[in-house]
Amino acid sequence: MNYKMIKNILGWILIFEAIFMAVPLITAIIYSESAVISFIVSILICAAVGGLLIMNRPADTTLYSRDGYVIAAASWIALSIFGAFPFYISGAIPSYIDALFETVSGFTTTGASILTEIESLPKSILIWRSFTHWVGGMGVLVFIMAFVSLSGGQNMHIMKAESPGPSVSKLVPRVKNTATILYSLYFILTLTEFFVLLFAGMSVFEALNASFATAGTGGFGIKNDSINSYSSAIQIAITIFMLLFSINFNSYYLLLHRKPKEAFNTEVRVFAAIVISAIAIISLNVYHLFPSVQDAVKHSAFTVASIISTTGFATVDFNLWPELSRTILVLLMFIGACAGSTGGGMKVSRIIILVKSMKNSLNSLIHPKRVQKISIDSHPVDSEVVQNVYAFTVCYIIIFVVSFVVIAFDNHDLITNFTAVASTMNNIGPGLELVGPTQNFAFFSIPSKLVLIFDMLAGRLEVFPMLILFSRAVWKK
Amino acid sequence: MNIIIVGCGKVGSTLAEQLNEDGNNITVIDMNAAKVESITNRYDIMGIVGNGATHMVQQQAGIYDADLLIAVTGSDELNLLCCLIAKKAGNCQTIARVKNPDYSTEAPYLKNELGLAMVINPEYAAAAEIARVLRFPSAIKIDTFAKGRVELLKFRLPEKSRIVGMSVKEVVTKLHCDVLVCTAERGDDAYIANGDFVFEEKDVISIIASPKNADDFFRKIDYKMHSVKDAMIAGGGEITHYLCDILHRSGISIKIIERDKSVCEELCSLWPDVAVINGDATDQSLLLEEGLTNTGAFLALTNMDEENILLSLFARSSNQGKIVTKINRIDFDDVIKHLDLDTIIYPKNITADMILRYVRAMKNTIGSNVETLYNIIKGKAEAAEFIVRENSPVTGKPLCELEFKKDVLVAAILRGKNVIIPRGYDVIEPGDAVVIVSRLMALHDISDILK
Repeated sequence: MNYKMIKNILGWILIFEAIFMAVPLITAIIYSESAVISFIVSILICAAVGGLLIMNRPADTTLYSRDGYVIAAASWIALSIFGAFPFYISGAIPSYIDALFETVSGFTTTGASILTEIESLPKSILIWRSFTHWVGGMGVLVFIMAFVSLSGGQNMHIMKAESPGPSVSKLVPRVKNTATILYSLYFILTLTEFFVLLFAGMSVFEALNASFATAGTGGFGIKNDSINSYSSAIQIAITIFMLLFSINFNSYYLLLHRKPKEAFNTEVRVFAAIVISAIAIISLNVYHLFPSVQDAVKHSAFTVASIISTTGFATVDFNLWPELSRTILVLLMFIGACAGSTGGGMKVSRIIILVKSMKNSLNSLIHPKRVQKISIDSHPVDSEVVQNVYAFTVCYIIIFVVSFVVIAFDNHDLITNFTAVASTMNNIGPGLELVGPTQNFAFFSIPSKLVLIFDMLAGRLEVFPMLILFSRAVWKK
Repeated sequence: MNIIIVGCGKVGSTLAEQLNEDGNNITVIDMNAAKVESITNRYDIMGIVGNGATHMVQQQAGIYDADLLIAVTGSDELNLLCCLIAKKAGNCQTIARVKNPDYSTEAPYLKNELGLAMVINPEYAAAAEIARVLRFPSAIKIDTFAKGRVELLKFRLPEKSRIVGMSVKEVVTKLHCDVLVCTAERGDDAYIANGDFVFEEKDVISIIASPKNADDFFRKIDYKMHSVKDAMIAGGGEITHYLCDILHRSGISIKIIERDKSVCEELCSLWPDVAVINGDATDQSLLLEEGLTNTGAFLALTNMDEENILLSLFARSSNQGKIVTKINRIDFDDVIKHLDLDTIIYPKNITADMILRYVRAMKNTIGSNVETLYNIIKGKAEAAEFIVRENSPVTGKPLCELEFKKDVLVAAILRGKNVIIPRGYDVIEPGDAVVIVSRLMALHDISDILK
């Protein structure tokens, strides 16, 4: 382990966090809020600690795969610990664990809140919540790599550890340029949404918050009833953008390079098929609850987009929907968005690989000697990648089960516990029953909150970086 | 520049590493997924698994935006095909490594008719390098500037040399030699020599001088320059083939020891006056019997690196002449450097160096204006030749009045047909070619040497 390099990179994380906090600071100054002091203090702390850490650049900048994982996990933990300061110092969230939960929920683009009343909070605090989504969505290390060369030549290890999906590849030879392209696409899409929402009737502040939260597929709203009170036009616009942000960003790059065939690859097509069929079934199932069929379709589409993109916005309380719809929504939670998007969940591409390899296993029962390889878009999938998907799935289930059992000590009902873990691990936000869209996570005990914090990080970083922290080799000098 | 490298072997990965450090965007292609994986993990480059000679794979690698494709796979035919397809698809230059003498003798035809920018034969390049070393056996390495008018010579200072204990300044004033000492290596340290540098035993020194002045210098410091009259070669491979051809013409008598009878017969029929001995070169008594103790040069050129090293060490113990060792694997060069092996030839490094030199020169048409570039001490010092343009800030003032960066040395000025080894009062004029020695700083223009 190259501890000196890890320290150095953590320093950069904090420096950039201080820069990110300029956004809420400026907001606080514009609206002359008292929270301005809490942001200044937080920025000073981040800059001071970060500055200390980056002072000595180590001579040996070599990083190996394991360093990449540890860096990803450590960075996100540090980011959350320091990101919680504004909430805590300003008094918006009196308990530090709660503030940490809120911050982790923000950076991991979960959107699960412990706040019961948000509308009365200072605007700067609200924008910091939303902005954490935007930063966490595409990945903070990727962002930093667009500006700073973190290691010698092994930036790819860091990018692989942070980016979602079973296999991560570069768009262009250099990580720096790849990061710049991804963030440019991200920025342009966010900006487009901002203007669309502005045009549809939101105020600048509302549009900015909603754009940040949609872009990162996060789901923190600035109203107690999420998106319910906005006009139909706004709801439809947000539906479309939630879906756009849950598609692999490589596809946009390929579209820009006029390669539509490669852009609409298997994963995107399967994703579209899942979304359309889910909307159709749920619309049929719930149309009697709404005054018109259009309304039913609109709300079903919004809810499906919100859940599968792992955003977690709500226009209706889907907790009150019939069991079939609720079941489908829970299934969508696990599927999640496409690899390489800002969304969470297991990712459509992993599901495709799992289904294909299940088919192969069945086949080999019938023809034991048959040689089979999984291929997607007529490219063979590396057997290491398949192996990695299996390992991911097993680890994912184990973490899920353990968390499920631990939070059961709080003695809430089964559906609440199950969906609370599902929605935090898949970075969605709302679940069902006590953690439904109109509820929040405030009632959980501190140990349960810590478990859910771990789940959110494990979900966002796709399990392995967080698990590797438990390996003794990481801590051994 | 956007560069595609087909083949991730030793040459391919050396090129990828160096060119990536020079700031180019590199994409590598190889059929072996594990190789691609390992190289993309080490360097910030993109890797594609597939057959580099197919249009589809080249397209994935971005052939349309590429400036250069370098094909260095193990197969000549594949390399040539890669270049042909790349040439048709994109608007890029192509470089192919071609080993087989059948093709490489047709290099001019390949270049002209198939539009290849460079055809490089690693074995021939290695043979040429060996021949150059034999012509001046005391040197470890010889590079040339300005079409041979200036030489950069690297040699190890013998133990009882006159100049041990003298500083560079003293050497110049006492010996009246027009040479310039550029760099010195002492153990693992490398120095850009300034006037106060003091020579010690066993330092490896690089000097720049015209060939005539270099001879003069070596005579004055009592450095023995046995020119080689006869050479004994262990191994009859490709390099030996080329070497026979080159040495034969310069009148050096050759003795080859080769295990394989049919190879012996082939060599014998090609060069009837070469003494070809059918036997095992690892047989010490055979080597001694054939006159190892008296031969002017011993070249260990078998296909086994370990065998070559041992042969050379054995030859060293019984012979005071020139010893050349060929080593294929680059991986252990740090360890091998510490053995008392005299000149070591890495054919793969030579190939990579030649391609690097070409690419850097090619880049100069786009931005920088380096004419030729040599690594003097691997990764620590290099020598570059620049053409000075009008209005350059280095012109019009004596060198002693210019403020140079640390560790920069103006090593030679070439004006028309004259070679000037510069001293403080010399002035650089527009149109001059200037050789600059520096620690690696990626100089792009002559003005980069000033503060």
